[in-house]
Amino acid sequence: MSSKTRRHIISVTVRNESSVLSRVAGLFAGRGYNIESLTVAPIPNEEFSRITIETIGDQKTVDQIEKQLNKLIPVLKVVEREDFIEQEIAMAKFPVETNLAELDALCRAFNGKISIISENGIIATISDHPIRVGAFITASSRFSPIEIIRSGVVAMEP
Amino acid sequence: MRISGARMVIEALKAENVYTVFGYPGGAIMNVYDELYKQKDIKHILTRHEQGAIHSAEGYAKVSGEVGVAIVTSGPGFTNAVTGLANAYMDSTPIVVISGQVPLSLIGTDAFQEIDAVGISRACTKHNYLITKVSDIARVFKEAFYIARSGRPGPVHIDIPKDITAQLGDFLYPDFVDIPTYRPITRGNREQLEKLINAIEKSSRPLLYLGGGIVQSNSSGLIRQIAKLTGIPAVETLMARGVMGSENPLLISMVGMHGSYAANMAMSEADLIISLGARFDDRVTGKLSEFAKYAKVAHIDIDPSSINKLVDVDYPVVGDLNFVLSEMVNLLKGFNSNKFIDWQKTINKNDQLHPLNYDKSAFILKPQEIIERVGELLRDRANISTDVGQHQMWSAQFYPFSRARQFNTSGGLGTMGYGFPSAIGVKVADQNRVSINFTGDGSILMNIQELMTAVEYNIPVINIILNNNYLGMVRQWQTLFYDDRISQTDLSMQPDFVKLAESFGGIGYRVETLEEFDKALLDAIDKNIVALIDVKIDRRENVMPMVPAGGSLFNMMLK
Ligand SMILES: Cc1ncc(C[n+]2csc(CCOP(=O)(O)OP(=O)(O)O)c2C)c(N)n1
Ligand SMILES: [Mg+2]
Repeated sequence: MSSKTRRHIISVTVRNESSVLSRVAGLFAGRGYNIESLTVAPIPNEEFSRITIETIGDQKTVDQIEKQLNKLIPVLKVVEREDFIEQEIAMAKFPVETNLAELDALCRAFNGKISIISENGIIATISDHPIRVGAFITASSRFSPIEIIRSGVVAMEP
Repeated sequence: MRISGARMVIEALKAENVYTVFGYPGGAIMNVYDELYKQKDIKHILTRHEQGAIHSAEGYAKVSGEVGVAIVTSGPGFTNAVTGLANAYMDSTPIVVISGQVPLSLIGTDAFQEIDAVGISRACTKHNYLITKVSDIARVFKEAFYIARSGRPGPVHIDIPKDITAQLGDFLYPDFVDIPTYRPITRGNREQLEKLINAIEKSSRPLLYLGGGIVQSNSSGLIRQIAKLTGIPAVETLMARGVMGSENPLLISMVGMHGSYAANMAMSEADLIISLGARFDDRVTGKLSEFAKYAKVAHIDIDPSSINKLVDVDYPVVGDLNFVLSEMVNLLKGFNSNKFIDWQKTINKNDQLHPLNYDKSAFILKPQEIIERVGELLRDRANISTDVGQHQMWSAQFYPFSRARQFNTSGGLGTMGYGFPSAIGVKVADQNRVSINFTGDGSILMNIQELMTAVEYNIPVINIILNNNYLGMVRQWQTLFYDDRISQTDLSMQPDFVKLAESFGGIGYRVETLEEFDKALLDAIDKNIVALIDVKIDRRENVMPMVPAGGSLFNMMLK
């Protein structure tokens, strides 16, 4: 079995109930699995929610995570695969004096736009593959961002 | 007819055929206790500590195979129950624990005796519920009992706010459970199974590695059949003692840290290890990288997460052992049961070379001889519980178990204080057998208050204290691995166990010879009341063989 450590995306379909997120998060904490990012929202018109977890580990650990998740009573389905279509949002706030044209061009290159310009700064929002979100963050550093946040990954089976 | 939430709890228990519950009342659960008072079908046993209640429910479950039930109040009542839940979780025992909670409107306000009970129990239950609507009670109870007993069994905790037990509603107990997200796989994959049969045919040194799952799934009869059909020898984990029966020529012995030489060598030398309801616990495998290096591994288990968790498995089969083993019996009909004779001979030679053994002394009793003596006198007539420590390992090594569910011990969590209250549950579940608890001078004090319960309800558990004036197991490690620095394990300061028993209304004996012991035991059985037999044993006796923690299974200390 391969012991190579890499990034994995695990998509978990769970029953909508208040305690389910703490069960999932508790499982990761209790068994020492790591969570890089986690997103959750109800699936429209269903009694289920989708949790997408980004983790780093070897295949054996990830197999264990999958099985342990499946053991949780409110978990319907666990999917882990390499070819998920992934998407993530990032927001970044820049100083008011930032060159708008240059910033706008950067945002467009990453499926984004300038969301608001106020006296506190300029907020840019982009949405892209997580790797490209990382590239955006690197590229935007020359505008000296005041604050950056990422949403965590959502993923869909192709 | 509309009834109160509390009454619904009672009706749900009756619908689940629960006629005995263990518990301890308090403010938040009083509505339920009021309903208990008004009825006659369910007997409530008032333990003297909530931990005792949960352990009793667990002992009851382990011996009967039914779901054990305990009821506690909110806050400290619940936190006292946590060790019991954790113990049942680690040993996969089906119990349902009901706790009171502060009224819904007060949850989150740090109200008196409020604690986030489901937050705490999440980590040590198979599942838990906080009921927020009176109309959910019936469904939640139905689900809870189903989840506790199905798949890989385990404890389920139900937390009920006080206002919910007061509210009125209609009650209709469901006939079926429908949890779309919970569908334990029960039938094994036939193809996988055929591959395993093939591997058995090709192997020359196969070994059955038997775990607690066989007890849980009531499969000991099937295992005995398979062993007989094929001639494959077997080792048992602590949790599987009794599965093969001590008389069975194909049973080697217990495996693991304190397993026999022959059992551990068989594990190390086998070319095919067939794990059945066992989970490759570190107390069994020793150093993982050295474990069963030359063996292919087959693993049959109801819990997919047990498979490939620690050891890479070549033949995984997920399913209920009872289904899978029945099929195996069919597939193995006509197998040449002499095929593994050479292998059996090797094992027997090993067993003769270093049998489980101890040196007797003319001056002082050895713990092992007391256990053997009880075995001679009572055999199948007793159910055996233990506490945790040296006495536990000696019991597992030396009692001649003849059936599954005869042995009740805290395996996964290793909870001192488990023995006595769980032996109470054992006696309640199986009244026709003597309920023995082999305990230590340390462990017995951890739930000694249950003497009162045993006296009040006339539950004649016989506690045999193998008294070494030490926290013996820890002392043994200090001797072996810490240059005999006896740090905080000397229990020379002791109560008078005879007076202690008598002060509760039980009976006590102090014995120093085998004759005295026989007399005490027979007298206690005869008197039929709860007893403490304080047996003075050799203080410095060690449990052997021993695989030092983290060492390889085949590297045993033998003396
Ligand atoms: C609740 C709890 N606390 C501490 C331990 C650690 N521990 C394991 S065995 C043992 C000694 C038990 O002493 P005793 O009951 O006298 O049994 P003996 O080993 O002497 O037979 C201790 C302290 C434990 N298992 N459980
Ligand atoms: Mg002791």
